[in-house]
Amino acid sequence: MSIDIVAFLADAIKMATPLVFAALAALMTRQAGMFNMGVEGMILCSALGAVTGAHYLGGVWAGVLCGILTGVVTGLIIAFAHLTGKTDLYLTCIAFNLAATGGTVFIMYLLTGEKSTTSGAFRSYQIPNINIPILKDIPVLGRILSGQSLLTYIAVLSVWFVWFLLKRTRVGLRIRSVGENPKAAESVGISVTKIGYISFLLCGLFAGLSGTFLSMSWVTFFMKNMVNGRGYIGLSAQNMANGSPIGSALVSLLFGATTSLATTMKSQSNFPTEFLEMIPYLATIIAIVITSIYSINKKRRIERGGK
Amino acid sequence: MAEEVLRMQGITKIYPNGFMANKDVTFGIGANEIHALVGENGAGKTTLMKILFGMEDCQQGSIFINGKEERIANPLDAIAKGVGMVHQHFMLLPSLSVAENVTLGVEPMKNGLFDYEAAVKNTQEIADKYNFKVDATAKVSTLSVGQMQKVEILKALIKGAKILILDEPTAVLTPQETEELFEQLFNLRDSGVSVIFISHKLEEVMRICSKVTVLRHGECMGTYDTKDLDETKISRLMVGRDVVLKIEKEDPKPKEAILEIRNLKRFNSFGKAVIDGVTFTVHSGEVVGIAGVEGNGQSELSEVLAGLSDFASGDVILNGKSIKGLSVRQIRDKGMAYIAEDRMVEGVAGDMSIEMNIMADRFSKKNYKKNGMFVDARKIRKETQQLIKDFEISCDGPEQPVRMLSGGNIQKVVVAREFTSGANFILANQPTRGIDVGTAEMIRKTIVRKSREEGTCTVLISADLNEVLECSDRLLVMRKGKVVAAFPKANEVSEDTLGEYMLGIREMTPEQMEGLL
Repeated sequence: MSIDIVAFLADAIKMATPLVFAALAALMTRQAGMFNMGVEGMILCSALGAVTGAHYLGGVWAGVLCGILTGVVTGLIIAFAHLTGKTDLYLTCIAFNLAATGGTVFIMYLLTGEKSTTSGAFRSYQIPNINIPILKDIPVLGRILSGQSLLTYIAVLSVWFVWFLLKRTRVGLRIRSVGENPKAAESVGISVTKIGYISFLLCGLFAGLSGTFLSMSWVTFFMKNMVNGRGYIGLSAQNMANGSPIGSALVSLLFGATTSLATTMKSQSNFPTEFLEMIPYLATIIAIVITSIYSINKKRRIERGGK
Repeated sequence: MAEEVLRMQGITKIYPNGFMANKDVTFGIGANEIHALVGENGAGKTTLMKILFGMEDCQQGSIFINGKEERIANPLDAIAKGVGMVHQHFMLLPSLSVAENVTLGVEPMKNGLFDYEAAVKNTQEIADKYNFKVDATAKVSTLSVGQMQKVEILKALIKGAKILILDEPTAVLTPQETEELFEQLFNLRDSGVSVIFISHKLEEVMRICSKVTVLRHGECMGTYDTKDLDETKISRLMVGRDVVLKIEKEDPKPKEAILEIRNLKRFNSFGKAVIDGVTFTVHSGEVVGIAGVEGNGQSELSEVLAGLSDFASGDVILNGKSIKGLSVRQIRDKGMAYIAEDRMVEGVAGDMSIEMNIMADRFSKKNYKKNGMFVDARKIRKETQQLIKDFEISCDGPEQPVRMLSGGNIQKVVVAREFTSGANFILANQPTRGIDVGTAEMIRKTIVRKSREEGTCTVLISADLNEVLECSDRLLVMRKGKVVAAFPKANEVSEDTLGEYMLGIREMTPEQMEGLL
């Protein structure tokens, strides 16, 4: 069996893109102290929002805008329930994700009469791939890094943007302070609720981009349950990276690689497909267990009187 | 007397559960003064300061700042009026830098962005002004506790605090850090900041404060010039029994050892020793009391003995077997009963019925089973009704949820279970805190009676001096995770002497305690 390493790596980056956005989305609320499982459903809604917008408004960019808008609106729905309505965040997110799974199919059926995909009914729009001058002419590297979707490059910029926002702006500082110790933040006059809304808004932005990538770049249509756990993987990616934007992106890349590995092996070997499709999720569990054991051991050593 | 910058007049605070934390307290502080507020735990110092800082309301009384009556609605309001507070538990963000922590809420801005350089500069300026040696760019998580405290003080100063409240600032400091803090407090005082220094370390109060206000059981015992007082006098004002309680009891006849604690050590998650080499033995038929200012390792010791937490080294032997690595259930099966410090958290399941709570430890036992499998509901109901009668639990019936009962009756549910579990070692941590006198008396008498009649061994941890002095046979005093004093007969110890050991004015040598541990 022969594997084209270059194609594999290029694919890994592509597969990592929605995960990076998902991780950044989860990271925004985590930095404000909220573990937002609703990212999964937000991405799903955005994926549908994007193709619908593109179809009815007749353009790629309208689609991107609608995707982002859907992400933001769904984020604010969860924020309203949790921050203003004081509901339990986990239960809200579970309910929201279930509603999103059924709701997207329902809306798709209303609009197209189809129940599994929009590919026949909606016109396909694809976000352009970008060839980067100079880079594209470098052998190997050019094939890996150039020619990716525009959103992949936006994902890279977003990592930097989130880092800058958190480290260099007042709102970023306040988001971090609320996440770390809401009482301390409140004691110096920062509104925890307001910061919560802002973080959900930014979370919605990235969830929107993640969904848009899935339905307008990875494929060019919406299909039932197409997110398939990517929101949760993004959630654990940022968790393992301890909320660091760059770390989250790197872990996402690793998960992207496992997804790509599964796809490559599917075409190259006669391993059962079901087993191969399990790889990304299995890798997530193993990675979470390892990082958790590491931090528990460290704490235990201190309590036993070690260093 | 110097001009008065703050006066709290006739402050009375009653918590919703009826506990009176402050009773008509009046005190004032002058400009350029370090004023000590002393009192035992629970004397109402922290409550009084929370009222001043706008964190609690009070029912009566008024606050005057610079002679003008002020209403302080919340901490922000307090800060705006020039009051700053350094809490016992720091309100810091460990992952952020010193400058970010200090300027949070009043961040300097440039071109719409957070101006980190200006934050560092402002922080460093104010730190240098008061001679605080702290690096504004350092991450707070890398700082020592002493430096963290400086960050807290800087947070108050940058917002313009003129009255600075320090709640037990030296409790977490090393001697060197304490010295440094004192230097800085003198600097602050000389530059016009009034400091309220809450502490129960009397030698520190004597050294740095010019005036002392003493609280006891929520009441103000007066304000004094420190030069007119000495440590013993303050200790007498602080530690005292309002009503002297007497429990008639025969002398104990200790028999075999039941509980042996050998050189026990435990560390917290910062690596600090919270139990630091404790050794003592408790015999059948005696009650050993443990006194001490709260937070000196008693709660941690209680957790270890109850099996709720692990320990680092040493050993605990119960009825001949080590409890190391055993589950709570296994330790209970070896003969331990536990009256927890916080009954709502560890003592009962509030939403469950009285019956469920009383029977919680014995459902699984063989003699409560029918056909080897099912719970014998009839037998359980019968026993519950008997216990409700025996312990005089006033309730609607065995099915009533425990949460609906009064504090005293909830505690009766706890003791009904723990006193009848058949254990020969009873661990009682604050068994009568916050409950009515009648129930408290019943619990104390039962503890003594069980030791005399049934030969149980009891460890009684309590902040209530009446209780430890009267119920206990032998008495130990804990301070900083160590046993610092041991007395053979608790009811012959005077509260003054006890106070001196609790507050660290005196300490016994291992030789003096020999044979008493």
